[in-house]
Amino acid sequence: MAVTGLNATDNPAPGVGVIRSLRAAPGFQGKVLGLAYDALDSGLYSKEIGLDAGLLIPYPSHGVDALRERLREIHQRHQIDVIIPTLDSELSAFIALEPELRGWGIRMFLPSREQLELRSKVRLAELGQKAGLEVPVQAVLSDASDVFRLPSDLPYPVVVKGVFYGATIVNGPDEAAAAFHAVVARWGLPVIAQRFHAGEEYDVVAVGDGRGGMVGAVPMKKLLLSDKGKGWAGVAVKDPNLLEAARRFFAATSWRGPCELEILRTPEGRYLLIEVNPRFPAWCHLSTGAGQNLPWTVVRLALGQPVEPMTEFQAGTLFVRISLDLIASMDDFQALTTLGELARTRADA
Amino acid sequence: MSESGFVFDPYGGQTYSLNATGRLILEALRRGDDVAAIESALRESFEAEPETDIVRDVREYLLQLREQGWLPQGAEP
Repeated sequence: MAVTGLNATDNPAPGVGVIRSLRAAPGFQGKVLGLAYDALDSGLYSKEIGLDAGLLIPYPSHGVDALRERLREIHQRHQIDVIIPTLDSELSAFIALEPELRGWGIRMFLPSREQLELRSKVRLAELGQKAGLEVPVQAVLSDASDVFRLPSDLPYPVVVKGVFYGATIVNGPDEAAAAFHAVVARWGLPVIAQRFHAGEEYDVVAVGDGRGGMVGAVPMKKLLLSDKGKGWAGVAVKDPNLLEAARRFFAATSWRGPCELEILRTPEGRYLLIEVNPRFPAWCHLSTGAGQNLPWTVVRLALGQPVEPMTEFQAGTLFVRISLDLIASMDDFQALTTLGELARTRADA
Repeated sequence: MSESGFVFDPYGGQTYSLNATGRLILEALRRGDDVAAIESALRESFEAEPETDIVRDVREYLLQLREQGWLPQGAEP
């Protein structure tokens, strides 16, 4: 197995959670490779997750060809069966490579390009209509001056969002212009201005079977936020409205693979779909703790194994994050920096 | 609800800590007691003065429970 997204900072990538779930699957004895973009991606140094090797791959900005060549090299030495990409920014390249990788014997369980585009933040209204889900009013901004001309049904405060990541609540056009520039500098155009609604935010980690069905889903309420607004603790909940929203999303899109739905419950009891992330969230290991090992399910689906839909899980299961200083050797850092690879034996762990 | 009065709402994810009075009322509601029975149980357990308007407090508490969605709208214990 190979898993990307090992940068487990205070805004963690999902890779470490995915790998912990794979390791927790009963009977799983396979090798796990960590595919990272930087020699200091912290998951590379975690012995607890039991990586057999950590390997650097080129950043998505280097293009599909560079990724293909690096994966070919890695596959020749490590014989990968399944790759689970976990980052929004790399998905497009992995989707493009899927037919070729399949020819090499590498399986993935990813959405199609059309599905990926339909759940794009700029097409949220269309997705909402198709799935019968209420979504907030939003406008797509291509120029900073657009913040002075927001439509009348989009009054301030609004949430300014990047096409991949980031969300800032702004109270007027000046703040919005500053947020616009910050988002463009980091993630480029377009930028989305979404109507702000008060309410409780819930997130659902779920897997679609690619034929309109839902294989499993666990909703979560954040109990504690980091200063970046990321969930630092959360609890599995069993609100049937959240599960129904996920079901409708899968039925409307025939989504194939993992995703995270962000849903706001307003004080009046309305459920608004705010966003769909096309990959596992960083907190996905909670699904395993609550009784649905969704990362392992994706491996089985990728391998073409039959998987029964899972409906049960333990509401009230909590996750709480922790920051740890891992002690590492200069040899490990050197190996990653110079060779792009850190090999481990199970005895190291 | 745990013995210590800790309550987890599995639908919304909220948690609550009930004091002894709240715990007694919730336990009574789960048994199906009506307001008169709840009043009587409270008077007995907390040795309330006869002039204390317990029924008003209980009704206020029931209103809060209804707002939280713990009691169906319109349900009258």
